[in-house]
This record gives sequence, C-alpha cells and structure tokens, in this order.
Amino acid sequence: MSRTSHHKARQYLTGYLFIAPWLIGFLVFTVWPFFQSIYLSFTRYNIVSPAKWVGVSNYRMLLTQDELFWKSAWVTIKFALFSVPLGIVAGVSLALLLNLNVKGITTFRTIFYLPSIVPTVATSVLFIWILNPTIGLVNRVLMLAGIQGPSWLNTAPWAFYSLVMMSLWGVGGSMIIYLAGLKDIPQHLYEAATIDGANAFRKMRHITLPMMTPVIFFNLVMGIIGTFQYFTQAYVIAPSGGPGDSTYFYSLYLYNRAWKYLDMGYASAMAWMLFLLIIVLTGLVFKTQKRWVHYGG
Amino acid sequence: MTSERRTGLTPMTKVAIYAALIMLSIPALLPLLWMVSTSLKTNTQIFGSGELTVKSLFPAPLDTQNYPAALHNMPFLLYLRNTLLLCITTVIGAVVSSAVVAYGFSKIEFPGRGALFGIMIATMALPGQVTMIPVFSLFRSLGWYGSYLPLIVPAFTASAYYVFLLTQFFRTLPDEMSEAARVDGATEWTIFLRLVLPLSKPALATCALFQFIGTWNDFLGPLLYLNDPAKYTLAYGLQQFVSHYGGFFAQLMAASTIFTIPIIILFFFAQKTFIQGISTTGSK
Repeated sequence: MSRTSHHKARQYLTGYLFIAPWLIGFLVFTVWPFFQSIYLSFTRYNIVSPAKWVGVSNYRMLLTQDELFWKSAWVTIKFALFSVPLGIVAGVSLALLLNLNVKGITTFRTIFYLPSIVPTVATSVLFIWILNPTIGLVNRVLMLAGIQGPSWLNTAPWAFYSLVMMSLWGVGGSMIIYLAGLKDIPQHLYEAATIDGANAFRKMRHITLPMMTPVIFFNLVMGIIGTFQYFTQAYVIAPSGGPGDSTYFYSLYLYNRAWKYLDMGYASAMAWMLFLLIIVLTGLVFKTQKRWVHYGG
Repeated sequence: MTSERRTGLTPMTKVAIYAALIMLSIPALLPLLWMVSTSLKTNTQIFGSGELTVKSLFPAPLDTQNYPAALHNMPFLLYLRNTLLLCITTVIGAVVSSAVVAYGFSKIEFPGRGALFGIMIATMALPGQVTMIPVFSLFRSLGWYGSYLPLIVPAFTASAYYVFLLTQFFRTLPDEMSEAARVDGATEWTIFLRLVLPLSKPALATCALFQFIGTWNDFLGPLLYLNDPAKYTLAYGLQQFVSHYGGFFAQLMAASTIFTIPIIILFFFAQKTFIQGISTTGSK
C-alpha cells in the first residue's frame, strides 16, 4: 500500500517536472503580468519612476475624453468587418476551386499559398511600393482599363482599403486550412447524394458548406482575435496613423501611448479595454455557434 | 476508378477551371514579380513611364547593382547573422521545451493535468497587449533591455501552440513499448528520449519550421527590446531602412527580395511539413 502510494507520488512529481518549463513560463510571463497589468491600469506609470495610483482616471479619460481611443477602436472594428468576412469568402472559394481534381492543381495551390508566407514587413514594404500613386503597379494595371487610380496610401478612405486589400493578398494561409477541411469530408456522403439524384449545387449547399462550418468558425474566431492585434503592417506603413488617422489601429495607438509617450498606465487600461472587447465579441460569436456550426456527422 | 471518371468534368468545364485559376494567379504572383523586377531596374527604368508594359515587368538590360548598393546601405550580413542566431536559439528552446511539456501532458498521469492543459490552451487567446507592458518592465529591471535575452528566454518556456500540436501527435503513439520499457525499469526521461522523440521527427520538424519562420518574421520583439543598430534583425532592419531610404525603391525591393527568398526556399524544401502542420491546426 505505502509502496504504491510512494510510487504514485513519484509519478506525479515526474509529471510536474515535465511540465515545469511551461508552468514557470506561465507564472512569470502570463499570470504575474496579467495581474500586474490590472494594477498598472489604475496608475500613472512611465517605467522610469514607480507607478502612482490614480484610481479609475485612466478609464474615465479614455472613455470620455480620448477621441483617438474611439477612433482607433472604430478603425479596428471596421477592419474586422471588412477583412474577416472577405477573407472567409475568398478563402473558401479558392479552396473549393483548388479542391477540383485537374492536372497541375498542386502548382496552383503553391501559387496561391506563396503570398501568405512572405514576411509581414516585406509584404508591407512591397505594398508601399506597388501602391505608389504615379508609378506603382496597381495604378498601372488600373490604367490599362482607363481608370485613374487613387493616391492609395496618402488619402483617407483609400489607405484603409489598401490594408484590407493587403490582408486579402495573404488569404492563402487560411485557404490551406479550408482545403484540409474539404479533404476531411467523407466521400460516401457525396456518393449517397449522387444516388439520391442531387446535383452539384445541392451537394454544395447540403454537404460541403455544412461540413465546412467548424473550420469556418475556427477561422472566424482567430480572425477576430488577430484583427484586434493587427500592428506590424500598420506600423511599417504609417507609424503615426496614416492620413486622417484612417489606419490608426487600436494596437498601434496602444503602442504609441506606451512607448512613444511612455504612458504605460494608460496603455495598460487600453490593453484591458481591448481584452474585454475581444471577450465580448468572441462570446457573441460563440453564442451564434449553435445556429450555424455543424459538428459531427 | 480513374480520376477522370471520378471528377466527371467535361472539357468545357476544364477550360473554365483553368481560366479561373490563371486569372486568379495574376494578383497572387504579379506583386512578387514586381518586387523582383523593380530590384533589377535602374532609376530611369523605374521613374520612366507609368505604364504597364512587358518591358516594365521584365526589365532589359538587367541592373544588378541595386543588390550590392542595398547591402552597403543596410548591413545585411550582420542582420542576417543576428537573425539566424535568434532563429537557431529560439528553435532549440521552443522545440525542446515544448516536447518535454507535451510528453508530460500526454503520457504521465498527475492531478490537475486536464485543468492545466485547458488553462494552457486558453492562454493562446489572451492578447499579447495585456502582458506586454509588465513583461517589458520585468526585463528592463533585470537589465536585459537592449540584449537578446528578452527575445530568447521566453522561447525556453514552451509555446502553448507547439505543446498542443505535439500532444496531439504523442497521443497517437502506442503505449505498449513504453509500458514494456517501464517494466524493465526505464525512467520516463529515458522513454521520452529513446522511444518517443525518435518517432516524432515529423511533428518536431513542423514546430521547428514554424518557430524559425516566426522568429525570422518577428517585428514587435526587436522593436520593443533592441536599441543598438548592430543588434538589429532583418525584419527590424528592413523597416528602419524604409524609414531612412523610403525613396530608393530599387534598393528597397532588393532588400525585400533577399529577406523573402530564404523563406520561399525553405517553403519549397519543407512544403509537406508546412502544409501538414497548418492542416492539423485547423481541423483538430
């Protein structure tokens, strides 16, 4: 009896030792910063001198007096509203096309995937160049159709749409996930439908799309979380927010608050508002899950 | 059943499919072609006319001097060395620590295992902005600001994402051999090193690949922690180059090309590992 309990205790200890690297990192880089960040959000803190307690004044200020807080939150939400649904539609459509069994399809898969592996900073630099108003690639192409393209990154609504366009260029990353989802759909469902006399459209509507909803749901959630942390592209293209602050993304504003103005208490309050917003939004998305996401089968 | 019969596509449909594929390939590839072709142009060719011609896509004559010029203005080899140093150390750190942790979670029973695993998965949804400021002040108070330590040390504390991928993989490995080894008196550590790791090479390769690319591309880390130009990485160096030499498009595209090509080469060599890794993420 005591031998087995001794053995058990040893086994438990071994288990904890194995997960120790994660456990230590979790305590030091997640748990402690998590609570510290709540505390800092109620202080004035410039990293050089100790934090000074100011109560809820950071939150009051950003909710009632800080126009840029609302502006950057709106830019980010608007970006999510454009890029996430467009990315899903484009990603699923491309995956459907690339799932067809024709010669050379793997080459095309590679072609569509390629843009998504270009490093983010390189993509951003490349887009600064191809969106050049006079000699950029995009306006040259538009000129072939007789259209005078806008001065993309230098004018207010277009700078925003430029970033949406750039996110669509990298749609190959999610396309691969959809493609894997399509491959997982059991072939016998289609065979049964064929016997029942279903045409291609009905198969798509009643088999393919329902079976794809879990993957679409996964990408939707990841897309929302990702958009609220959208930073590198915005920073490389316009570190101070672009024309009329039209590309002043939330995370960019947070970064500038913290590291440009050393307003770290305020930035911590912003981080918590961001976190709460993400929780609310993903919570809402999870609530709709029952109505449209099809598990099992 | 031949693939012809299974797909049952008429020649007309096939033509339509290829037409769609080719049309859609243009926006995917043209920007990349434009990047490389710009890097091989002289300023006269770049600023000449704003029309899209065959000659503007495939410049003749080719001007290769933008590459040495970019290397001169941006200490590329130094940045490359720095980037590779970070890539190698973080790959080792992340793969080793994540494999050890994944073994603990998948092969050893202990109280609280399921709950801790759930917490670990949940941390993946925690936005980095929440912990960024306290972690920064922690590293600063340790005197690590300006060094590589803030970029390397966290990698050694396992990544939730890789642990998840590896536990999925370890669970598919049969337990019979491990049980036999245990009866023979082997420790968990021995079983992990001698039995589990050698069987897990594909999954470990996926994690190594993702971490390598993650570090190669990382911009925020170097932006927060590096202040000495001699320590810059390629991603950060390229952004700095843009802010200083924004108008030198040919050199800028040359620098972007050399920054991108290693990743593309890596992709072609490890295509299978790549796709498998991404596919497991989405569907499991």
